Amino acid sequence: METDLNSQDRKDLDKFIKFFALKTVQVIVQARLGEKICTRSSSSPTGSDWFNLAIKDIPEVTHEAKKALAGQLPAVGRSMCVEISLKTSEGDSMELEIWCLEMNEKCDKEIKVSYTVYNRLSLLLKSLLAITRVTPAYRLSRKQGHEYVILYRIYFGEVQLTGLGEGFQTVRVGTVGTPVGTITLSCAYRINLAFMSTRQFERTPPIMGIIIDHFVDRPYPSSSPMHPCNYRTAGEDTGVTYPSVEDSQEVCTTSFSTSPPSQCVFTVTKAHFQTPTPVVTDTLRVPMAGLAFSHQPAALGVGSADLAYPVVFAAGLNATHPHQLMVPGKEGGVPLAPNQPVHGAQADQERLATCTPSDGTHCAATPSSSEDTETVSNSSEGRASPHDVLETIFVRKVGAFVNKPINQVTLTSLDIPFAMFAPKNLELEDTDPMVNPPDSPDTESPLQGSLHSDGSSGGSSGNTHDDFVMIDFKPAFSKDDILPMDLGTFYREFQNPPQLSSLSIDIGAQSMAEDLDSLPEKLAVHEKNVREFDAFVETLQ
Amino acid sequence: MNCRSEVLEVSVEGRQVEEALLAVLHTVLLHRSTGKFHYKKEGTYSIGTVGTQDVDCDFIDFTYVRVSSEELDRALRKVVGEFKDALRNSGGDGLGQMSLEFYQKKKSRWPFSDECIPWEVWTVKVHVVALATEQERQICREKVGEKLCEKVINIVEVMNRHEYLPKMPTQSEVDNVFDTGLRDVQPYLYKISFQITDALGTSVTTTMRRLIKDTLAL
Repeated sequence: METDLNSQDRKDLDKFIKFFALKTVQVIVQARLGEKICTRSSSSPTGSDWFNLAIKDIPEVTHEAKKALAGQLPAVGRSMCVEISLKTSEGDSMELEIWCLEMNEKCDKEIKVSYTVYNRLSLLLKSLLAITRVTPAYRLSRKQGHEYVILYRIYFGEVQLTGLGEGFQTVRVGTVGTPVGTITLSCAYRINLAFMSTRQFERTPPIMGIIIDHFVDRPYPSSSPMHPCNYRTAGEDTGVTYPSVEDSQEVCTTSFSTSPPSQCVFTVTKAHFQTPTPVVTDTLRVPMAGLAFSHQPAALGVGSADLAYPVVFAAGLNATHPHQLMVPGKEGGVPLAPNQPVHGAQADQERLATCTPSDGTHCAATPSSSEDTETVSNSSEGRASPHDVLETIFVRKVGAFVNKPINQVTLTSLDIPFAMFAPKNLELEDTDPMVNPPDSPDTESPLQGSLHSDGSSGGSSGNTHDDFVMIDFKPAFSKDDILPMDLGTFYREFQNPPQLSSLSIDIGAQSMAEDLDSLPEKLAVHEKNVREFDAFVETLQ
Repeated sequence: MNCRSEVLEVSVEGRQVEEALLAVLHTVLLHRSTGKFHYKKEGTYSIGTVGTQDVDCDFIDFTYVRVSSEELDRALRKVVGEFKDALRNSGGDGLGQMSLEFYQKKKSRWPFSDECIPWEVWTVKVHVVALATEQERQICREKVGEKLCEKVINIVEVMNRHEYLPKMPTQSEVDNVFDTGLRDVQPYLYKISFQITDALGTSVTTTMRRLIKDTLAL
């Protein structure tokens, strides 16, 4: 295609397009990390902020993008695509969006490269920032955690939209005309979010690889097998020349999940309670144990009597991340408890939310229903410093552990640390006003009562002793003699009260009819007693 | 040059008014703000960097992006708060509209004052609904979130048309095109006004007020 561009303009344009492509990928991937993005404005130009926008560069993402581009630029028939997909902990995956940066043949010869094209590319990036928060995948990505993660894949070439299911929608972010063609940025997104029933094994490596790859903390990548973020089929590989890719070694070992790299998910079984910290840390490094967790909520839900109940939670090493860090070194195992699986009566796997500090506080006092979990975790950003809150929570939890062994049988069958804690934490429980309802000073503390009760779960838990500790924790002001049920059940029941019978239409109609029928009789009776009524009225006057 | 006008309508609950308006205004201003200009000797200029941040709404299932400028955010929140109060106090049907107008100043010779020539006006019509149950409110949260997503797509579509934008000014003219009063970003000159309307769409109090103001201004 002939252009009238001078060589300097051509060079500039190529540079603009290249960096625009890289920044586009950064914006898209960062928007799917699950965190709020915040960058600062700077009145003095730094010279390194392309398009006058403060967009951070995540090195792995830049690397992947450069690798995909392999020195080429988007051109006609060669589009740069960023595929965003969702992968559950069980290995099911689903493509959510495809972002395409395309070039078509429509040229705008008159346009000024260094000025107008640059500014329009900047505007297009701003539009991209806005649009990435508006597609359905954004809300999904904000809620990602150990149930599912959001992955990205960058490829170059023909756009493949078949994985998006039927009826996908497209939104055009914008176009910028240049002397060599028109750049178009668009997004095709899935609207049918019903999960695919068949697993795409041909596209996914084994579950083990994925979970390890995505949940392993960055400092420990070496033990994880490679999980390429590029699902390159044979077709894609051919025909694409690759100049030597620098840093190829690093590619192999990086995790390509867009979930926060510092997020760690692991399962601690009861067995771990017996052992001190090192076991926990080992679990962190070898999250194979984490594979079992997907079954646990269901098990909890039916109140299984399985002693080895797992505790699932997410730990984030990034202090700004809402997911909290499990502080190693604290004795007694797990301080944080997820709200939802504990109440497993509605063990809904999708609702398994991570426990944020605010959740943790709630954990201590009011284990809430799954809906609350979501709201709370959504609003948990920007709360107090995670570590402060964590400290508080942890102190409470220590008490909870003691509370847990409600019946003697449980106590003896429990691991030794519980027994160890029991006497200590009785004190804690006694002095804690949240545990001992202040309005019942005469009755013995529910804790003590329940400790001696046999068989009953102490009223705070309809589930067996093998449920997670939190269920058995006596919430403040609850009395087990009135309502022998756990707080979760209580809460659910009272959230959905049956409709008042007098408000239901049928009964209302019935009573109306009855009233009408009985009117004549009532009138007759009243007429008989006229004299009494008159006397009564006179007394009033 | 004609001023292009875009109208967006939203139906929200009372407590969602502020966030819905802020979402729209910030999205528009994101596109209509640049970094601070620094003019150099030869007449060229360099542009500062605009940062962005995500804002989660409390009463709407929605997140929007705004420029990282506390001053700008404060200015918008102030006027949106005034609008919300006016809506509440009007006691009417809960209808109002807010206009974000981008204009250029054209210097006139004395004794005439500078002209303000609008080149783009965004009008957001707000309809406040009252909801009875918590369930309705929850549904409203989601619905309004989806509506705002559509509005953002509409805004981006308009921005993408690359229609008239004021020319980049020389140093002496920059205040006629941009609001250079902010510390960290430089939006195009804009002004925000609002009016509470009755069901017929006519503004009740503000029309009178404007008439009086105009007569007195002369």
